[in-house]
Amino acid sequence: MSKHSVTHATFSIDRVYPASPARVFRAFSDPTAKQRWFGTTEGWETKSYALDFRVGGRETCDSIPPGGGVVIAYDARYQDIVPNERIVLSYEMRMGETRMSVSLATMEFKQEAAGTRLIFTEQGAYLDGFDKVEGREEGSRAILETLAKEFEGELASV
Amino acid sequence: MVERLSRGPAAVSELAKPLAMSLSAVMQHLQVLETSGLVRTEKVGRVRTCQIEPVALQTAEHWINERRSLWERRFDQLGDYLAAQDDDPDSK
Repeated sequence: MSKHSVTHATFSIDRVYPASPARVFRAFSDPTAKQRWFGTTEGWETKSYALDFRVGGRETCDSIPPGGGVVIAYDARYQDIVPNERIVLSYEMRMGETRMSVSLATMEFKQEAAGTRLIFTEQGAYLDGFDKVEGREEGSRAILETLAKEFEGELASV
Repeated sequence: MVERLSRGPAAVSELAKPLAMSLSAVMQHLQVLETSGLVRTEKVGRVRTCQIEPVALQTAEHWINERRSLWERRFDQLGDYLAAQDDDPDSK
């Protein structure tokens, strides 16, 4: 159960915003603007957020998920910046002291008639995540409870 | 029962103890869970031990989907942020 494992995966997200590439890019480059949409998630408590937007600069975000307990840390390093066009960063996610993943994230900003197309691509190495007790408890408790209720209903009708 | 199992493997008798259920009702429960692929049981001697099948619950796919929805939520919030800026000419 405690064997080490790594899973590689890639996914991308594609969005179009009715704003110029310069405006969308500024929402990534300006620390105050970025924190407004990146550093806050409903139900989550943001402990700290910092952004040093330059190649080699760091971005960190520590937050506590709903229900409290462990600190989830996002820790990024900017690898490439082309203003209004492209951002490449590497980041890791930690749960407490445990590193959960190391990823490469690329954001491309493309001008279109409707505004700006943002293409986000993540290439990740996901570490040991599936056997961890914390992950199992957090991720599966709700699924389990729902399933258990369903099964109980099933049995009651037997 | 499922909650007890999420903390680690347990013998059937151990699972039945805190429940107001007969051993045969517990076995019936477990059969359903086992058929669903959620629980694996194994008989060693006279003791049948049950454990959660972690593969069924924590597949890589599930975990990576969670990461994807985290970023999707952020980009939704970016859309809201940009829209709010539209209403505030000073911030353009």
